Amino acid sequence: MYSVRLWSVRRARGMNAFYRGFEAFLVRLSPMFRAIGYERAERPVAAIESAVKGLLFDCRMCGQCILSSTGMSCPMNCPKTLRNGPCGGVRANGNCEVKPDMRCVWVDAYLGSQRIPGGVEAMGKVQFAVDQRSQGRSSWLRVMREKTAAPPAAP
Amino acid sequence: MKFDDEPIVPGYPLPILPGHTSPGRFERVLRAGGFAVTTELAPPDSADPEDVFKRARVFDGCVDAINATDGSGANCHMSSLAVCALLTRVGYAPIMQISCRDKNRIAIQGDILGGAAMGVCNILCLTGDGVQAGDHPQAKPVFDLDCVSLLDIARNLRDEHRFQSGRKISYAPRVFLGAAENPSGLPHAWRAKRLAKKIAAGAQFIQTQYCYDLELLRSFMDHIEELGLIGKIFILVGVGPLRSAKTAEWMRNNVPGMHVPDGTIARLKGASDQAREGRNICIELIQAVRDIRGVSGVHIMAYRQEESVPEIVDRSGILQGRAPWFPGRDAFPPSQRTAS
Repeated sequence: MYSVRLWSVRRARGMNAFYRGFEAFLVRLSPMFRAIGYERAERPVAAIESAVKGLLFDCRMCGQCILSSTGMSCPMNCPKTLRNGPCGGVRANGNCEVKPDMRCVWVDAYLGSQRIPGGVEAMGKVQFAVDQRSQGRSSWLRVMREKTAAPPAAP
Repeated sequence: MKFDDEPIVPGYPLPILPGHTSPGRFERVLRAGGFAVTTELAPPDSADPEDVFKRARVFDGCVDAINATDGSGANCHMSSLAVCALLTRVGYAPIMQISCRDKNRIAIQGDILGGAAMGVCNILCLTGDGVQAGDHPQAKPVFDLDCVSLLDIARNLRDEHRFQSGRKISYAPRVFLGAAENPSGLPHAWRAKRLAKKIAAGAQFIQTQYCYDLELLRSFMDHIEELGLIGKIFILVGVGPLRSAKTAEWMRNNVPGMHVPDGTIARLKGASDQAREGRNICIELIQAVRDIRGVSGVHIMAYRQEESVPEIVDRSGILQGRAPWFPGRDAFPPSQRTAS
């Protein structure tokens, strides 16, 4: 929801702190999901994630969440789905070139990232091309998998 | 600027010098420290190659490279790749623009290889205007990539010899990579950081959106200097003649990201010959921009007034007697040339 999305960006600092705690919690839960099977958990977890993040951030379920690098403003709401910063077409009032009634998600992202410690630096990190196969899949499960994966064995 | 290793047949690549990534003239001019001049060719709504050559000839002897726009303003025209392939045939140095709006990564990587095979040495990686801005608002916007991920992919093709999938290619595209920036765009404070990101992803040169507000440009360049980016990137500042106060107002309201200060519009309104005043403003901007530290050239966009480019270049004196290459340059001394 648009107004809730703006509310979340205004509270980027708290949101980000909560999210980091939540991530640690997820990692603790990972043995359970490993036992259930990540693939089996995919649909129900993705449904919950979509409902929660959909409400808070207008999440588009790209499956590769980078909210903490974008000041808690979801970049997939950009009509051009830009993940590396605003285009050159931002209107003088800070609204979107394509949707004149919507605030540019990257103008918001910059405001949000200034509220997060290290947020502006995180926004400067190059985001590589998105894997379109992850569309609709859970980022939470992805985080669990990636954070608990065994490091590659030394040769 | 005449290179002593000029190819005998125009259109053949120059040798790649140490520290260069492309066999093109444009990179040569910049790395040799010349103040480069580029311009924009509006691709025709036609399938006649002569329409392309005619439009290019207007710029003969006054520009170092010609941008071939890729569906600019989301309007349909001849493709950038095709315009570039025509231009390289006769030896021009085109800059192929690639917008992420109309093609996914499969098509774009194919175009990069194809363009390089046709002699394209310069690629400008853009996000592109939204389809709502153009003549086909009913089209599907693609945006599989954005300009930064596109730069990263293009650089990997060139330096790692790999597609984004990781699959090897046998001969890499030797290209000079560019990106755009809008110093007048919001959020002002983050624009220089965004440029740093583009450099990190592979940009070697930047062509900016129109800059009519020198103060904004100067503060942007100060940010660039603070970030330690001067010397890591060639910046060409976008300028262009405004035909009248009315066009300036229209552009300000309708061209995405275009910022024209009120003072500029007032000055145009007060002039008896507004078109000439527009060219004067452009010339003054070029001369002011030349003295800003970190600026390596200008990009003159003169949509529908392309014929004014030679006059602007001439009167501004930016070439300082240098004669950029054009087909037949070395056959006739410059004094025998007549303005077309």
